[in-house]
Amino acid sequence: MRKITLDRLDEFFAAVAGKLKLYIPVDTAGGAQFQQWRAGAKMSDALNTTRSAKDFFFPQTENLMEFKTEGKKIEIIDVRRENEDFAIFGVRACDVRSFDVLDRAFLSEPADTYYQNRREHGVIFSLACSKPAETCFCGTFGIDPANPKGDIVCYKTDDAIYMEAKTEKGANLMDSVSDIVAEDEGGDGESAVNAQKEIISERMKKLPLASLSTDKFGGDKTAKFFDDPAWKSLSESCLGCGTCTFVCPTCQCYDIKDFNAGNGIKRFRCWDSCMYSEFTKMSAGQPRLTQLERFRQRFMHKLVYYPANNDGMFSCVGCGRCLSKCPIQMNIVKVMKNLGEGGENNG
Amino acid sequence: MQEITRDTLISRAKELLASGEVDRVYGWKRGEFCYDVTPALFTDAESLEKDFEWGDFCGANLSKYLVEETRKSEGKILVFMKPCDTYSFNQLLTEHRFDREKVYVIGTPCAGMLDPKRIRDHAESFTSVVSDENGVTVSTLFDGDVKLDRSEVMPDRCLNCKSKKHVAYDELFGEDGGTIASGRFDEVEKIEKMTPDERFEFWRGELSRCIRCNACRDVCPACTCEKCVFDNPNSGVENKAAENSFEEQMFHIIRAFHVAGRCTDCGECSRVCPQQIPLHLLNRKFIKDIDGFYGEYQAGAEVGSRAPLVDYTTEDIEPSDAVKGGDENA
Ligand code: SF4
Ligand code: SF4
Ligand code: SF4
Ligand code: SF4
Repeated sequence: MRKITLDRLDEFFAAVAGKLKLYIPVDTAGGAQFQQWRAGAKMSDALNTTRSAKDFFFPQTENLMEFKTEGKKIEIIDVRRENEDFAIFGVRACDVRSFDVLDRAFLSEPADTYYQNRREHGVIFSLACSKPAETCFCGTFGIDPANPKGDIVCYKTDDAIYMEAKTEKGANLMDSVSDIVAEDEGGDGESAVNAQKEIISERMKKLPLASLSTDKFGGDKTAKFFDDPAWKSLSESCLGCGTCTFVCPTCQCYDIKDFNAGNGIKRFRCWDSCMYSEFTKMSAGQPRLTQLERFRQRFMHKLVYYPANNDGMFSCVGCGRCLSKCPIQMNIVKVMKNLGEGGENNG
Repeated sequence: MQEITRDTLISRAKELLASGEVDRVYGWKRGEFCYDVTPALFTDAESLEKDFEWGDFCGANLSKYLVEETRKSEGKILVFMKPCDTYSFNQLLTEHRFDREKVYVIGTPCAGMLDPKRIRDHAESFTSVVSDENGVTVSTLFDGDVKLDRSEVMPDRCLNCKSKKHVAYDELFGEDGGTIASGRFDEVEKIEKMTPDERFEFWRGELSRCIRCNACRDVCPACTCEKCVFDNPNSGVENKAAENSFEEQMFHIIRAFHVAGRCTDCGECSRVCPQQIPLHLLNRKFIKDIDGFYGEYQAGAEVGSRAPLVDYTTEDIEPSDAVKGGDENA
């Protein structure tokens, strides 16, 4: 365990930023967002960022490759530059779990080398949540915000941050800045961290969604929920805007497009959304014609299809972003509560 | 005067359903918390009693839903509307987007909505909100109760409400109000006073947060094209293909221009933006300029009014003069 007092936090960030690119959450007019650390940047106290940390590994837009043509010759240009190490400070337990969800999608064979490259170069400082929000329900998916995963796990108290490296990558980085953050030998670290874990556990019990359960969902439930009458009322006012999918740390759909850039072709990958009417449109037509079908896809994927292909693991992490950002306040919690209750107008 | 409450609305809705005057009701539905109210359709008394909500968090403007909903059957829909919602309603009628005969409008009074985002700035992890003439009391999970002034937690659009008058209704609950001389152009004036470089930086900074979710467009009652250019794969500017920041800015410029003269300033775009981008300031700049160039015009104030941008009179400002105005203060 290492300790840095908050008055020396800037020094610590400077030391880490001296080794690799460091991103920390800072307050902006649009809520907390990860930004590259610069001297004087103040870390946000917000519980979580508006956009999730998936952006670091699966960016909203990326240039995959370029092509140059000359007569009948076509040259393929690899434009990848993501070979620099970077660190993200302050990732919450829910978002750390989201990397597991994304890994299963992008790293299973054949691995997505763009994603893989970034994962290999990223070091994650996770941060325990001392004050969860009313919209948090990570516990539903077995995530413990008092014990987040990550390369280096951090606990922030009123006057210090305690850190413990959990992986080799994390240990190497911490060793490289040990002149700034020494081992907290015989210090108050353990008792301070334990006290905080206790507070977090108590607070988690008080959350309004603490009793939400996944019991009725799982990989074998397609037949049970596909034609549930509740989809109609749940989806009826959905705008199809896709906000929920863009702020979601686990949504992973994308589209690939080629653009004529004048003297060549650029191939881009951009986030896409199952909520969009153009999504899954093929030359043969559009299999999901109504918003009900598109809406159903998003939630069935989180609660049924993904677990069916991933040993029962759900692809929602309970971060609550879709609860606070949907323009019509529809979200996965309402879906979970209403499905299987045998009615159009339940709860 | 009779006090208007949730029960007043529910019992009238039940009467209208029972008499067969309407066969469905568009209203707001309760959620998990005090604030997560969803626009919803009700068809029976039981669900109205159980789930219908009316209060500080019923900000969603229901008028746009009528475009789709009226197409579904010949029956009539009851819809509840705040004063600002009725302007959107009229604007949609002006553009022939639905059949007026299929809608029964009840105008409801409004003291301004509350903004969960602003409440969160003062009270983390909040679970309930009680408001009365003395202010707002927010109960939180871990910090006890927080007392706030209503004005601290109202959204910008309500703080700068332009009108408490219902410009469309079949029936009105409460006394009608009038238009209000609000400070809604104050922020626009501040931006006009910036140098072009400062102004560019201001908007570049705000728009850089955009995630192109399109929520601002999808919620907008003035955006009712059957197929938006940004959803058309053949347009070359389809939503997902944001190659660079210029494309992001394009989206915003086109959106703002397309609603110019038709935007009623209902404020839904800014309400829904997950990145809190002040889109209403773009719209208000257009409204202010139109007012300045052509005389005051409020979209949606009357059904069938001709907006200055689609009308011609010999008094119209010459383009060269308009551009000159732009040089000075655009
Ligand atoms: S559920 Fe909400 S955020 Fe998601 S597409 Fe529908 S309206 Fe948008
Ligand atoms: S579905 Fe909602 S709560 Fe679940 S991970 Fe996505 S944004 Fe978070
Ligand atoms: S969902 Fe859990 S891990 Fe995520 S921010 Fe809330 S308490 Fe923390
Ligand atoms: S709602 Fe906000 S983030 Fe979404 S497209 Fe509009 S401006 Fe961008």
